[in-house]
Amino acid sequence: MMLKKITILGGSDKDGAAEKVRRLDIQAGQVLSVVGPTGSGKTQLIADVEQYAEEETLTGRSILVNGQPVDKDRHKSSLRYMVAQVSQNMHFVIDMSIEDFLLMHAQVRAIDDPAKTIKDVLSIANRLSGEPISLQMNLTRLSGGQSRALMVADVALISNSPVVLIDEIENAGINRLEALHILTGRGKIVLVVSHDPTLILMAGERVVMKNGGMHKVFKTAPEEKQILENLIEIDKEFVSLREKLRYGKSVGVAGSNKEGVALWPKF
Amino acid sequence: MRFVIVAGTPSSGKTSVMIHTISHLLNEGLSVAVCKIDCLETSDDVRYRRLGVAVAVGLADYICPDHFYVANLEEIERWAKEQKADLLVLETAGLCHRCAPAVHTCLSVCVIDNLIGIDTPRKVGPMLSTADVIVITKGDMVSQAEREVFRFKVSEVNPGARILDLNGLTGQGSLSLKNEILNSALPTEISGKELKYPMPAAICSYCAGETIVGKSYQMGNVKKVDFGRME
Repeated sequence: MMLKKITILGGSDKDGAAEKVRRLDIQAGQVLSVVGPTGSGKTQLIADVEQYAEEETLTGRSILVNGQPVDKDRHKSSLRYMVAQVSQNMHFVIDMSIEDFLLMHAQVRAIDDPAKTIKDVLSIANRLSGEPISLQMNLTRLSGGQSRALMVADVALISNSPVVLIDEIENAGINRLEALHILTGRGKIVLVVSHDPTLILMAGERVVMKNGGMHKVFKTAPEEKQILENLIEIDKEFVSLREKLRYGKSVGVAGSNKEGVALWPKF
Repeated sequence: MRFVIVAGTPSSGKTSVMIHTISHLLNEGLSVAVCKIDCLETSDDVRYRRLGVAVAVGLADYICPDHFYVANLEEIERWAKEQKADLLVLETAGLCHRCAPAVHTCLSVCVIDNLIGIDTPRKVGPMLSTADVIVITKGDMVSQAEREVFRFKVSEVNPGARILDLNGLTGQGSLSLKNEILNSALPTEISGKELKYPMPAAICSYCAGETIVGKSYQMGNVKKVDFGRME
């Protein structure tokens, strides 16, 4: 089945009132961010997409694929690999080496060249996180950031599904802009739950959640795109400061860059 | 009356899974009775009672809980019929991986969770390999990759079973289990039906209450470790 679009048909909010947004179409290649205060129903929205809800979940929403309701029992096997999720989990529980695990997962997903693929997975994971990991390391020994980086790389290259759901990737201590870039492949539908202005504005559209319901949908305006460019510049500065501090350098003292001084004036 | 037998590894969420599923069945207008078999103590009946369904508890106490269960199947069925149930859910104790409470013509459901370990599906035995429907829980606690690998390991042990992901906290996936139950559990009479797999024999002096360690205190069906076993 070729995926062209996913549609979310509105259900009800936490008080049982109809959601303001009655229909939300997400086309192949589109990135949608899901925003709202904590507890407003962001994670539930992506859970509804993940399980192809048919009015049976708490929200009463329905999910259409290419404009049609899905027959979950009949198309179970083809639907299973259509959605991949990067959740808020920060640790692996399976006790084995990274190499054995990735090979096993590549086998499950019938990947053509497993040996090459798992090397690529590892190199992406190392681009995203701090101290490098190796194939011989045990999954359960990885730090939170290393684990999350490996999960992102695995979803990008091995799970590699046409729909990707990303839940608060900014909490992982990894390079989140790069992670989003890696996960947003050509023609994929990507839903990004986030509290991070940069990530929110990188999406072409955003849905605002309130009291468990879809409240409003915004297209990212040209003025917002301008603000996004400024944010990305600030982010680069922020990352460079963080990297200097992390790797044992000083910032803001004589001889370092002037932005650093401007950002941290002496009181 | 339809008869559904639910087994599963300890703490995999058998009761939570069934509570969500029974809610859907009640919404369809079915009358449900639940029997819980346990060893020494259980509080699962309290949770089931909140659904407003008829609940019975059988405690095996000093008897092997699965032998106890088989010896009581007819009585449990009779009790459920007296409750005018359309569907009987029998939840087993979920202890020994060796036993196989599945009965031919009853729908057997095995609940296993993502946290139990990647090699566990292979060790679980008939409880998993003879199940009609396998429910995998706690998917929200692991990564996408781990879910996929674990599911694959389960399907290797029982390629014919339908495998469902179910979140015992939110009930996500329980509608599929309800559909499986309605589609495949046909009305049946338990008398004369056959277990899918024989139970382990255990008739030795310890079964009869012996407490002293040592060869001279052992009688009956005694098996010894084979130290020459090679992997």
